[in-house]
Amino acid sequence: MTAEALPEHPDFLWRNPDPKRSYDVVIVGAGGHGLATAYYLAKNHGITNVAVLEKGWLAGGNMARNTTIIRSNYLWDESAAIYEHALKLWEGLPEELDYDFLFSQRGVLNLAHTLQDVREGVRRVNANRLNGVDAEWLEPDEVAKVCPILNVSSRTRYPVLGATFQPRAGIAKHDHVAWALARRADELGVDLIQGCEVTGFLKDGDRVVGVDTNRGRIHAGRVGLAAAGHSSVLAERAGVRLPVQSHPLQALVSELHEPVHPTVVMSNHVHVYVSQAHKGELVMGAGVDSYNGYGQRGSFHVIEQQMAAAVELFPIFARAHVLRTWGGIVDVTPDASPIIGSTPVAGLYVNCGWGTGGFKATPAAGWTFAHTVATGEPHPLNAPFALDRFTTGALIDEHGAAAVAH
Amino acid sequence: MLLITCPWCGPRNETEYHYGGQAHVPYPESPADLTDEQWAEFVFYRDNPKGPFAERWMHSIGCRRWFNVLRDTATHEVLTSYRLDEPRPGGNR
Ligand SMILES: Cc1cc2nc3c(=O)[nH]c(=O)nc-3n(C[C@H](O)[C@H](O)[C@H](O)COP(=O)(O)OP(=O)(O)OC[C@H]3O[C@@H](n4cnc5c(N)ncnc54)[C@H](O)[C@@H]3O)c2cc1C
Ligand SMILES: [Zn+2]
Repeated sequence: MTAEALPEHPDFLWRNPDPKRSYDVVIVGAGGHGLATAYYLAKNHGITNVAVLEKGWLAGGNMARNTTIIRSNYLWDESAAIYEHALKLWEGLPEELDYDFLFSQRGVLNLAHTLQDVREGVRRVNANRLNGVDAEWLEPDEVAKVCPILNVSSRTRYPVLGATFQPRAGIAKHDHVAWALARRADELGVDLIQGCEVTGFLKDGDRVVGVDTNRGRIHAGRVGLAAAGHSSVLAERAGVRLPVQSHPLQALVSELHEPVHPTVVMSNHVHVYVSQAHKGELVMGAGVDSYNGYGQRGSFHVIEQQMAAAVELFPIFARAHVLRTWGGIVDVTPDASPIIGSTPVAGLYVNCGWGTGGFKATPAAGWTFAHTVATGEPHPLNAPFALDRFTTGALIDEHGAAAVAH
Repeated sequence: MLLITCPWCGPRNETEYHYGGQAHVPYPESPADLTDEQWAEFVFYRDNPKGPFAERWMHSIGCRRWFNVLRDTATHEVLTSYRLDEPRPGGNR
C-alpha cells in the first residue's frame, strides 16, 4: 500500500443562489443524505425544482465528522438489502459522478472477543452469504494475515477469537463524496442553500405546504427531512413525534504515519474502530456517550477507553499522538435501524435514525428517500423501515451488526 | 466529563453512574386497556429536547440508588438532582 495523493478540486462545485419563494420539493439538511436525495430526485425522477436547505454549511454536520466506514454486513434481510444496494451504488458512483472520492475497498474485520461474539459473527456471516453479501469467518491466524499489526495473541485481556471479514467494505473521503453529489445536483438544477435554518412549518390543514426559515418563508409541494441528530427537534415543530434519542458520538485522528494499517478493524466488545486515512492519519471511533446531548462534544472517559482498547489491539500505536478529537450528534432509534418514509402529516417525509452508521448508506438513503418523496410511496427497499414498525412490532433489531455501543 | 451530585453521596464524576433515560415515565395504570399506539408510545417514544431534560441516573459504583437529574442537553450543564419521590423542580416543562 502506498500513500495516495488527494484528488484535485474542480474550481466551482455549485452555485450559491438565494432561495426562491416556492419549490416542488424542499429537503431540510445538506448532509450526504440530503444531497443524495436531491441528486436522485433529479436523476431518477426528473424532479429538479428542488431546494436543499442547510442551517450551517454544506455537509458540515455528521457528514464531515464520521469515520467513513462503508460496509453492508448487517444481519437481517431488510438491512442487508438496503446496505448492499448502497455498496453497489458506491462501486459505480465515482465514475457516475466523475469525481474520485477515493473509495477504497480495503475490507473490514469485525472482531470477536467472547464466545457469544464468535457465535454472533458466524451467524452473521451465514446470513450475509444467504443475502449475497460477501462475508467470511476468519480464525485468529487468518485475521493476522489480513491485518499484521493486530495483536492476536491469546494473552491480551480480551483476546481476538476470530473475526468476520467483508472484503468489499472500505472507506471513502466523506467531504469529497458530499462535494461530488452537490456538484451534480447543482448541475441538474437543484438549489443548494447554505445558512438557511428551518424554524417552522407551514400547514394547510393536515398537509405541509412549506417551511419558515431565517431567510424567509419558502413554499413547497413536499418536504423531506434529512437532519440527522436534529430530526426529532425539527419534526416536533411539524407536530410529529419520532422515537429517536440524540447522543454525542466522538471520533479522533492521530498525526500522519506511514501506511501501516491495510484494512478497517472494528471491535464491538472492547469498543474501538480503526482505519488509516489516505493521507496517513489513524482514524478512530468509539461508542456513543450514554446520555442525550446536542453539545457536539462528549466525555473524555469514552476517549480514554477507546484509546486503551486501541493500544491493546495495536501495540504499534502506543506512541502515536492524538491530533484532534470531535463529536457529532447522532439520532438513535430503539432497534438501531433508520426510519425512512411518510409521517402522519401529509407531504412531510422523514429520513432519520441512522444513528452511528448512516454514512455507508448515503447513496441508498438518497435513492429510496427520493423515491418516497417523488411518488408518495415507499420503495421496496425502505418499506420495512417505516415509522409504524414501532406500533406493529415489526422491528429490525440491528444492535449487534450496528457494531457501535448504544 | 459531567459532575453529577448524588442526593446521598454528593458530587461525583459521571463515570460512577449509569444513565437510565427519561425520568417521570409512569407505567400505564391499566395496561390491558392500552391500544397498540399507546403501547408503542410507552415502550419506544421518549422526549428528546434540546434544553432542560429530566433524566434518571444510578450511582452504580457508589450507593447504587436511582435518582433524577435535571440537565441541559444543549450546554451539558447539570442543573440539579433530586430523589425519585420528589417532583421535577420548576414544574414539568
Ligand atoms: C463521530 C462519528 C463517526 C461516524 N462514523 C460512521 C462510519 O464510520 N460509517 C458510517 O456509515 N456512519 C458513520 N457515522 C454516522 C453518519 O455520519 C450519519 O449517520 C450520517 O452522516 C447522517 O446523515 P447526513 O449525512 O445527512 O447527516 P448530516 O451530515 O449531519 O446532515 C444533517 C444536516 O442537517 C442540518 N440541519 C439540522 N437541522 C436543520 C434545520 N433546522 N434547518 C436546516 N438544516 C438543518 C445540519 O446542519 C446537517 O448539516 C458517524 C457519525 C459520527 C458523528
Ligand atoms: Zn450515591
